[in-house]
Amino acid sequence: MRTTAVVIGAGQSGLAMSWWLAARSIDHVVLERGEIANTWRTERWPSLTLLTPNWQSRLPGFGYEGDDPDGFRTMPETISFIERYARLVSPPLRTHCRVTLVRRTADGYEVVTGQGTWHCKAVVLATGGFNIANLPKVSEAAPPAITQLTPAQYRNPESLEKGGVLVVGAAATGAQLADEIHRSGRPVTLAAGEHVRATRMYRGRDIQWWMDATGLNDERYDQVENLTRARNLPSFQLAGYPDRRDIDLNALTSLGVKLVGRLAGIRDGKAQFSGSLRNVCELADLKLKRLLNRIDEWAAENGLSDAVDPPHRPEPTRIEASPPLGLDFVKAGIRMIVWATGFRPDYSWLDVPVLDRKGNIRHDGGVVTEAPGMYVMGLTFLRRRKSSLIDGAGDDARDLSAHLAAHLGARSAGVGAAAADA
Amino acid sequence: MTKAKVDKPVNNGVNVEALFGAQEALKSAPEAAKFKWRATVQWIKGTHSRSTVESFYGLGAEQKHKSKFAFDADHPEIFAAEDNAATPVEIVLAGLASCLTAGVAAVAQARKVQLRFVSATLEAGMDICGILGVDEDVRNGFDGIKVTYKIDADASPEDIKAIVAQSQKRSAVYDIITNPTNVTVEVA
Repeated sequence: MRTTAVVIGAGQSGLAMSWWLAARSIDHVVLERGEIANTWRTERWPSLTLLTPNWQSRLPGFGYEGDDPDGFRTMPETISFIERYARLVSPPLRTHCRVTLVRRTADGYEVVTGQGTWHCKAVVLATGGFNIANLPKVSEAAPPAITQLTPAQYRNPESLEKGGVLVVGAAATGAQLADEIHRSGRPVTLAAGEHVRATRMYRGRDIQWWMDATGLNDERYDQVENLTRARNLPSFQLAGYPDRRDIDLNALTSLGVKLVGRLAGIRDGKAQFSGSLRNVCELADLKLKRLLNRIDEWAAENGLSDAVDPPHRPEPTRIEASPPLGLDFVKAGIRMIVWATGFRPDYSWLDVPVLDRKGNIRHDGGVVTEAPGMYVMGLTFLRRRKSSLIDGAGDDARDLSAHLAAHLGARSAGVGAAAADA
Repeated sequence: MTKAKVDKPVNNGVNVEALFGAQEALKSAPEAAKFKWRATVQWIKGTHSRSTVESFYGLGAEQKHKSKFAFDADHPEIFAAEDNAATPVEIVLAGLASCLTAGVAAVAQARKVQLRFVSATLEAGMDICGILGVDEDVRNGFDGIKVTYKIDADASPEDIKAIVAQSQKRSAVYDIITNPTNVTVEVA
């Protein structure tokens, strides 16, 4: 089969790309391994809610129309939101069409699937940046009696055994799971390395309202000082709960969660924690303060200082005088470990040499420059701070589809057939 | 709060351009980043010993310090020793202090902050029931280390705190002390 562009994945990114390709009259097909919004559907725990308010999920030609703009979507609501968007876009879609191989050909790419092989001039990898839950090597040293889970396998606290739980990782996922597991009566110990502290509300507005209004979410990848760092930063310690409560470390320790340093090793049935907890908390407190300062400055410059609540600074992260450096799983009654240690993309089907030694795709704002005609979407800070949000898919799809169109145009012009793809 | 000062070049004596250059170069040549650090020790008498460092390996080749450096170590008289030199645990504190302070200078330079004065005092608690074998529940090492910096620099107190925090984040000795390391000791 032949088409101009193949879009792999029918989540928010793939659908937004399809909308833009159609707008630019570029012939394409969207291939989806399962159903629309498959990752949301099958690889996330049911109590997860979006971390961005309803109003913020804006896609090309589509937005929130309900009566709770400041609410947070549940998983079923997120899935149905993306399904509704798919009906609007009505992409040339093949579902249950798993891509098993992408490789270069003389004039583009070959995309091999369970439903046949496509030949195309351009390919868009819209498979997401959060496919595989990271399981650090130290997990192999955990005592055999300890049950281990990743967030991709986790369903709800009730399905866990009774007993203590060690949650490793304090980004959005780790903090949320620590919160809900501890509330279920299973005492949680949370191992926190470097993390990004956030408050759900600031000066009476949602933090994402500020991120949007100040332009921070629109900050481009070629404007930030240290892009590698920006792309590797853990997610905000945020949850989208109806009561808008915080899930920062102070909120968690107030519940009774035991806070320890980064998990540094497991040896002789004992977990070893880094003595760096104080510093990672200091780094996070300072970073949050810088963000709030920036928001205050913006509010003042834009005459909003009196229209919103007065500024305040959250209490510094509370840490006990000597946080424990070790923990005996048996003595501490820990029965389970939840590895909230991040997700990574799955490129096992990609047979084009564009991955770095860490398995990340080399790209310039989503343009895979080493493989002309190849594009990637949905990764952290791909083109903008919001690139991994649903809200970021539209702008990235617009830019990348424009690049893709120019690439096709240049190719056609090169063989003297400028109108071939029009 | 506004920094309306004349753009005077910041100089803390750290060549950050070279460090950033190395950062970039190592991305494409990760093998060059593999270093080996070495020390040799000779027993002198009692608890007195002398360690020397001279060669190390890095950037894919054997390297050498400009000269051989020696570090004596001993124990104080209240340990029934001769107190010829610092105790090894004090040398550990000195290592941490120097590592963090080098980091402060480098981070300040990278953030274009002029340092005028940097000093730190370190204190580490230890219950010697551990090393004496009096109480098996007491560890041999420090029960904690407190580092207190005094810094005078062209930056706000918050920015200075951020420099010190970043220095800890990037410090080798801080990492060595705060995280476990496998140690293999053999008799050849």
